[in-house]
Amino acid sequence: MKIEVLFPEICNLYGDLANITYLSRCIPGAEIVNTSLKDEPLFVKERPDLIYMGTTTERGQVLAIETLSKYKDNIKDCIDSGVNFLITGNAIEIFANEIIEEEIKVCDGLGIIDFSAKRKARKRFNSLYIGDFNAGTEPIKIVGFKSVFGYGYGDITDKYLFMTDRGVGLNPEVKEEGIRVNNFFGTYIIGPLLILNPPFTKWFMREILKIEDANLAYEEAAMDAYQTRVKEYSDSNTGVVY
Amino acid sequence: MSKVRFFIALWAAKLSVIALKITRHNGTNFPGVVALKLCPDFLKIVKKPKKIIGVTGTNGKTTICNLAIDMFSTRGKSVLNNSLGSNINTGIASAFALGVGIFGKPKYDTALLEIDERSAPLIFPNIKPDVLLINNLTRDSIMRNGHPEYIGRILTEEMQEKTKLILNGDDLIASSIAPSNERKYFGIESLDTDVEECINLVNDLRICPKCSSILKYKHLRYHHIGKAYCENCGFESPKCDYEGKNVDLENMTVDIAESDGVYSYRLLNDSVFNIYNVVAIVALFRELGYTHEEIEDMLEKIEIVKSRFDVKEVGEHRIIKQMAKDKNSLGNSRAFDYIAGRPRDKELVLMMNSLGDSKHWSENICWLYDADFEFLNRDNIKNIVVTGPRAKDYYLRLKLAGIEDDRISFVEREIDSYKALKFYEKSDIYILYGTDSITLCNNVANNIEKAILERGETA
Repeated sequence: MKIEVLFPEICNLYGDLANITYLSRCIPGAEIVNTSLKDEPLFVKERPDLIYMGTTTERGQVLAIETLSKYKDNIKDCIDSGVNFLITGNAIEIFANEIIEEEIKVCDGLGIIDFSAKRKARKRFNSLYIGDFNAGTEPIKIVGFKSVFGYGYGDITDKYLFMTDRGVGLNPEVKEEGIRVNNFFGTYIIGPLLILNPPFTKWFMREILKIEDANLAYEEAAMDAYQTRVKEYSDSNTGVVY
Repeated sequence: MSKVRFFIALWAAKLSVIALKITRHNGTNFPGVVALKLCPDFLKIVKKPKKIIGVTGTNGKTTICNLAIDMFSTRGKSVLNNSLGSNINTGIASAFALGVGIFGKPKYDTALLEIDERSAPLIFPNIKPDVLLINNLTRDSIMRNGHPEYIGRILTEEMQEKTKLILNGDDLIASSIAPSNERKYFGIESLDTDVEECINLVNDLRICPKCSSILKYKHLRYHHIGKAYCENCGFESPKCDYEGKNVDLENMTVDIAESDGVYSYRLLNDSVFNIYNVVAIVALFRELGYTHEEIEDMLEKIEIVKSRFDVKEVGEHRIIKQMAKDKNSLGNSRAFDYIAGRPRDKELVLMMNSLGDSKHWSENICWLYDADFEFLNRDNIKNIVVTGPRAKDYYLRLKLAGIEDDRISFVEREIDSYKALKFYEKSDIYILYGTDSITLCNNVANNIEKAILERGETA
């Protein structure tokens, strides 16, 4: 199994790369291929089993867009043909139509997913998150954190990833959160999403990565922390936005 | 009208101090809150001392300010400062409200201000430092500070033209702030512990600021702190005006090279963080015009404030209270690295639980995965107690760091941590606590001390 991590030298904020550390513990023998800004991405030559990109700085977004623009058609092909992507935090904005700061366009995005990213220059939007992932049978609860400079705007009613219970969706006006197109999974949720959500991770390994006997590393500890968090975030006395 | 408003605010702020004393309340920020509420332009209007020195950055600014205040006092000089209040606008307004007389005349000729780097937009338009020391810019609270590049951008945008900068030249994020301002750099040439490849989870400057190629390091201390260069375009870290060298931890001295020679100074602590603090403060005082001999004399007479690092010997054990700012991955990584490198067997109590957050919502724990808990996976760290609201998150994080169950203990309440300790022979017991857990940490330490004494060991 090959997991391509795009631009870990810049897309590494908020513990996002721990998702890959955790996957590599869950999937012994998984090969992690780190692609830097100056490298030709692995997905140009072959189809990795998973392409991952995590949160970056605002400058990092511009650099990633500049680099990936050369491979825009390859990325589209990958998404259309069902290659697996996991994109966390503001890396999702790299795939948007444009990034706007204080009403001024910073840059075009890759224009692969039809939405716009709008941010403030000096404001952080922080929230806890709890929502549902539609796993086909019964929904899986998703917990996590958002800590962002802005939000996404666009109609994602036919391609959202999670449905929000408490917290903020793609933007504060909508309940839908994240983007799912085929096996492209993109979410504004930051940090160790896979570690915090063992049921989702197990589903992802089994159904998306096609690992039949998917086993989670430290499953008992992860489930214990997860169940505590689900209970805590479901409690109306726990504030979710500040 | 604004003058009238200012004096009402000033007097109200001063009266609030008396009210707080009578009602036996703390609230060192309160006078500033009152002043800014009644007169939003308070910081702009209040008369300032002739010289304003600022200290900002992510880690070490409180230590540097405390050291500087103590150094001034060894020369019989007291300076206006905000050491008893916060480092945001209200804390600074408190300091100024108390630092002027009832008719607004400054009581001091110098102000030394610890300035929260994120609060620059609220402070710098009104308080224009003559000299500003920036010790480092690293990751801090994800929710508040985002990432260091963002903080660097704010500082650059808010920097006053006249401010002379004293910057850590080994930190390419800090040293690139406000490039048009006059500046001096300090740094450390090399240390025995330097590496060439980053071993930390976090390095916030992996690419060349000019050409985006992967940066190389001649000497890398930790994270992005070190001497960097780019093989592709020739970019490199700035040459330091004050360069620490020949660090001698046996004799606790450091040589600092500057344009007219090399001088030796006393180190106050053996952690790399604190070596930087000494080099920084020497650079600051040299730029303020003090001689090498004067600075050497000042450093001989001062100590690091105990509230941040406190050792107490009890029986054959040492109880060590070490502040490790909650939500600050880099600060914790440094603490872990330091502790892991100390001799003697150890037990740790992890209680950086952001208690303030747990009252209202729930802590964003992403920082745990930026912090190098892997450093705690050492044979001489025998037992790690996880406790408090985030104990299960710590447990999971320690598992990911490869630490086995037989070296992790769980106790629900911090105050009961002593029950999970095993008191290995001649071991050190470290309590790592956050900024909002100082009192709780003292109580935890007291209980541990009692437990040691009850085991029959004498103090």
